[in-house]
Amino acid sequence: MHNNLSNELVRRVQADPNFIELEKKRDSLGITLSILMLVIYYGYVMMLAFAKPFLGIIVSGVITLAFPVGMFVLLSAIVITGIYVNRANTEFDALTRKIVEANR
Amino acid sequence: MIRALLSRASATFAALLCLAGTAFAAESIGQTEKQETNVTAIVMFVAFVLLTLYITYRAAKRTHTTSEFYTAGGHITGFQNGLAIAGDYMSAASFLGISALVYSSGYDGLIYSIGFLVGWPIIVALLAERLRNLGKFTFADVISYRLDETPLRLLAASGTLVVVAFYLIAQMVGAGQLIKLLFGLEYNVAEILVGVLMICYVTFGGMLATTWVQIIKACLLLGGATLIAILVLVHYGFNPAALFADAVAKHPKHDAIMHPGAFVANPVETISLGLALMFGTAGLPHILMRFFTVADAKEARKSVFFATSFIGYFYILTFIIGFGAITLVATNPDYIDPATHALKGGANMAAVWLADAVGGNLLLGFISAVAFATILAVVSGLTLAGASAVSHDIYASVLRKDHDGDSSELAVSKAATVVLGIVAIVLGIAFEKQNIAFMVGLAFAIAASSNFPVLLLSVVWKNLTTRGAVIGGFLGLTSALALTIAGPSIWVAVLGNKVALWPYSNPALFSMPIGFFFCWLFSVTDSSARAATDKAGFDAQYVRSQTGIGASTEASSH
Repeated sequence: MHNNLSNELVRRVQADPNFIELEKKRDSLGITLSILMLVIYYGYVMMLAFAKPFLGIIVSGVITLAFPVGMFVLLSAIVITGIYVNRANTEFDALTRKIVEANR
Repeated sequence: MIRALLSRASATFAALLCLAGTAFAAESIGQTEKQETNVTAIVMFVAFVLLTLYITYRAAKRTHTTSEFYTAGGHITGFQNGLAIAGDYMSAASFLGISALVYSSGYDGLIYSIGFLVGWPIIVALLAERLRNLGKFTFADVISYRLDETPLRLLAASGTLVVVAFYLIAQMVGAGQLIKLLFGLEYNVAEILVGVLMICYVTFGGMLATTWVQIIKACLLLGGATLIAILVLVHYGFNPAALFADAVAKHPKHDAIMHPGAFVANPVETISLGLALMFGTAGLPHILMRFFTVADAKEARKSVFFATSFIGYFYILTFIIGFGAITLVATNPDYIDPATHALKGGANMAAVWLADAVGGNLLLGFISAVAFATILAVVSGLTLAGASAVSHDIYASVLRKDHDGDSSELAVSKAATVVLGIVAIVLGIAFEKQNIAFMVGLAFAIAASSNFPVLLLSVVWKNLTTRGAVIGGFLGLTSALALTIAGPSIWVAVLGNKVALWPYSNPALFSMPIGFFFCWLFSVTDSSARAATDKAGFDAQYVRSQTGIGASTEASSH
C-alpha cells in the first residue's frame, strides 16, 4: 500500500539536479547541527564533571560562570532548532517545490 | 530515596548522589501527606474540566474516521502542535519536581532540565520531516514502509506499549500523590477520577480533544508559571542578581547553590542519562505521533521550533521559581513543618507554596488546578498513543491487513482506550506505595535503545533489513529493561537486595549501542530474499521522505 511511487518516477527524481542539491544541502546542515548540539551538550557535561572550579569562577556578585554557560547550552538548543527550521522552511522548501513541479 | 532528596535538611551530598543515581527522581512524586480540602483549587479545576469536556463534546462531532481519531485529520497548525508537544513534555512532576530540585540544590536543577531540551535539535534535523512525509498515524507506519510489516508493527507496538506503560504508571502514581496533597482527595478517588476523565477525552474526542486539552493546559501552565516568576522578580525590582544574592544569604548551603554540585559525580551515569534524555525524546511514541497531526513537513518543523522555545522558556521559569521559593517560602514559618523543619508536604510543594506566598490563596488554587490539568493532559496523550498501537498497528495492520481504517478499527481503538484507562487506574493503585523513581528513566532508555535506532536507521540507512531491525530493536528493548532491573534502582531500591548485579542505574550508554549494533550486524549478514526487497524499497522511500511526493496525495484522500 505504501510504495505508491513508480520506479520510473523515483529514478527521475533522483536524477533531478534540484533533488541532488536538496539532498546534499539538507544532509550537511542536519548532520552539522546535530554534531554541534552533541558537542555543546557533552562539552558542558564534561565541564561539569572535570572543570568544576572553572565553572565556579564568579562573574558578578554571587553569580558563577556556570550560569551563563548553562544558559548558553539551553538557548543553543532553541537557536539550533531555529536555524534548521528557518533554512528548511525557506530554501529547502523552495527546492522541494521545484522538484515536485518538475516531476508531476 | 525521594524523601531523602525532598527534605531540604537532608538534601546533602548523599542525596544528590541518589538523584544522579535514580536520575528521574524529579520526574516522580514521592509519598505525600493528605492536605486540607482546597475549595478554590477545586472550583478552578471543575471549571477546567467543564471547559475541556465541552471541547471534547465539540471534537466528538468531528471525530468519525480513524484519521480524525489518531491525528485530528492533520488539521492542527504548527504553532498549536508546538504548544501541544510542549504540553506533553511539561508534566506536573517536571514543573513541581524541577522547581523542588532548584529549591533544594540550586544550580543543579538547571543541569537536569537542560538534558530534556537538547534532544529537540536532533529530532528536527534528522527525523521530523521524514516522519511527516512517510507516516500516517503511528511511527510504525514509517519503519514498516519498506520493511516487512507484520514483525515491524509488532516490534513498534511492543516498544510503544512498554514505554507508555512505564510513563503512565509514573504519571498515575504522581497524580494520586499530588491530588491527595493539593486537593485533599483520597488517593484511590484521585486515580479513578483521572482515569475516567482521560477515557472520556480520548474515546469521545480522539486526537482533536487530546490536543486541545494539551494546548489549554500548556497555556495555563506557562501563564501561571510566568505570573509566579514575575511576582518573584517584583520583590527584587526585576533584578535577578538581587534574587540570587538573597537566595545565597538565606539558603543553608549558601554559596554552594550557585555552583554545580554532585550531580555529575559519576561520569558514566551522567553520560548515560544524557543519551537517554537526548535520544529517548526522539523515540517517545506519544511525541512522535504528534508529527502526524499537522498538514505537512513545514508545519511539523515549525511545531518543533515552537515546542523547543516553550519548553526552554518553561525551564527558565522553573529556575526562577525554585530560587524564589528559597527566599520567599523557606523563610516563612507558615510553610514549614515545625516537626521536621522541612516544607509542609515535601519539597515538591515549593512552587505551590510560592504561589501562595506571592499571590495568595487565589494563585495557590490556580496553580493546584493547573497541576491537576497537566496530569490529565499528559495521561490522555499517552493513552492515545498506546491505543493507536493496539488498534492501528496490531488490529488493523497485522490482524486484518486493512490499511484504509474502517469503522471497526475506530471501535477497537476506543475499546483499547477504555481498557488502557482501566489498566492505568489499577496499576496506579497497585503501585501507590512502590518506589517508582526509575520508571520515567526506563521509558526514556527503552525509547532511546529500541524505537530510536530502528526509526533512524530505517530512514537513513539503505541496508537495514527486516531481520536486523527486529533483532536489534528487540535486543535494545530487552537490554534496557534487563540492565535497569539488575541495576541499583530496581535490584536494590525496589527489590531490597544489598548489592546490585549491574553498577549503573542508567542503561542507555550500553543498551543504545546494543540496539544499533545488532540492527547493523543482523542486517549486513542478511542475505534472504526479504533483505533484497527491503533494500530495493529504499530509494522510493528516500525520495518520498525527502520531498513528500506521494505523501500529500495519501493524506488528502482521508
